[in-house]
Amino acid sequence: MRGDDSLAPHATGSRAPSYRAYLALAAAGFQRYATYRQATVAAVVTNSVFGFLRFAVMLAVIDAGTRTVAGYDNRQLATFVWAGQGLIGVVLLWALPEFAERIRTGDVITDLLRPIDPMSQLLAADLGRAGYAVLTRFVVPVVVGALVFDLYAPRRQVTYALFACSTLLATLVCFSCRYLVNAAAYWLLDVRGPQTAWTLTSGIFGGLYFPVWFFPDAMAIGLIVATPFPSVIQIPLDILVERGSPAVQLGLLGVQAGWVVTLLALCRWVQRRGERKLVIQGG
Amino acid sequence: MAYRHLLAAQVRSQAQYRASLAVDVTGSVLFGVLDIVSVVVLFRVTPTLGGFGFAEVFLMTALASCAFATADLMVGNVERLRQYVRSGLFDALLVRPLSSLAQLVAMDVATRRVGRVAFGVVMLVLAAANAPMELTLARLALLTVTPIAGALIFGAVFVATATVAFWWIESGEIANGLTYGGLNFTQYPITIYGALFRRLFAYAVGFAFVAYYPTLALLDRPDPLGAPTFLGYAAPAVAVMAAVAAGLLWQTGVRHYRSTGS
Repeated sequence: MRGDDSLAPHATGSRAPSYRAYLALAAAGFQRYATYRQATVAAVVTNSVFGFLRFAVMLAVIDAGTRTVAGYDNRQLATFVWAGQGLIGVVLLWALPEFAERIRTGDVITDLLRPIDPMSQLLAADLGRAGYAVLTRFVVPVVVGALVFDLYAPRRQVTYALFACSTLLATLVCFSCRYLVNAAAYWLLDVRGPQTAWTLTSGIFGGLYFPVWFFPDAMAIGLIVATPFPSVIQIPLDILVERGSPAVQLGLLGVQAGWVVTLLALCRWVQRRGERKLVIQGG
Repeated sequence: MAYRHLLAAQVRSQAQYRASLAVDVTGSVLFGVLDIVSVVVLFRVTPTLGGFGFAEVFLMTALASCAFATADLMVGNVERLRQYVRSGLFDALLVRPLSSLAQLVAMDVATRRVGRVAFGVVMLVLAAANAPMELTLARLALLTVTPIAGALIFGAVFVATATVAFWWIESGEIANGLTYGGLNFTQYPITIYGALFRRLFAYAVGFAFVAYYPTLALLDRPDPLGAPTFLGYAAPAVAVMAAVAAGLLWQTGVRHYRSTGS
């Protein structure tokens, strides 16, 4: 990455870095994850095991009598669980706080010296990583689920396009949230607290352990609109299983887009404040 | 005892950073809360799960949660073996005249996980009080022994899955499927799982003995799958077998260990 001309520091100044720099970063992100093939295998196996565990619970809920639960039928829940297990890897719900570690050790100074601000560097690399994850970590659990269970396939063609958009927005929301957790290191140095808070809330309020519609309706709607968590897992999955009319789905995309704008702006603001706060350790 | 010193030193050092410890313990409690909340939320949308009502599943969840939290506290950090093998640091453990497994466990104990254990015990008391059963001396004994046996089973799974690192360093989070996955599995009645998956997790690994069979025995319920009643009391025997198997696996792994080159 360092040898790439498009990233040379002299590109600073009023001229914005060219899109080629971002492409190079994204390609590097893709490549980095494509290199650790065994790690990918381990991840998809684990995601698939949890797919069996989670779907068994959902099936038990369905089998208890009613044909549908919280508006989902059997096949919709199957898709919800298995595509959800794939989505974890695409949005990268859980990641080691690498950037926080760079802030703690002072390595962040090299990120700051580059012509692109740290947040954009990480975002470009993360999108490259997500691209690789779509081809591997998303596909495998969905195929496993489809082989063993009866999955719900979207009836409307447009759903596929909406789902692709929604997944991209979900990746951006998840990136921003992870970035904020990491950036807490500017003030705290140790981000285990925020990290734990994110792991807990994203799982339970995001629709990973069960659809948020298992909560009372008012609470579910409140969560979707007022918190970013459902934008990561729940909304893309609701779009995929075609819960609600296309108009509702467009509205959900709007909610996600709103969160993307808000969170990225917040990230930028936090980054600027953090840089002022930053003390590079050591000498 | 050397192990006690190692352990005490770890706990003391972690207790120095009070704010950090407080945050970590709170997080640990909240993970315990999450186990219970999941069950409560599921029973909002369904009256029964695999033929069992809320009180029964709550008891299973509390037993599983206690067992897992205790194992996680004691040996959960054995998963760091991966880093020890990768960096070659494992050599340092081998040259000392102590058991390598016990050293690894004592050196990496995560004091913060006490929170989840404490919460698990509180939930177990609540679940037992809430369950439709008369509290006899025999039941009290079973309620006490079961989480300990369950912790031993989970501990064996932690050790056995960590051992994979001796052969496959990049195994990543694959162990989580059995450890955290095991917690997920044992929380609910085994009747909800497909036959193949059940055979693997419930019988081959022994997860059915963490909470399911003991709960049947506690509640005097026959097994819908037709297993004999005495299995409810078999958890300690299964736990010992699991621990022995994990120990043997560990020894095989250590013999297979070839440090990291230069």
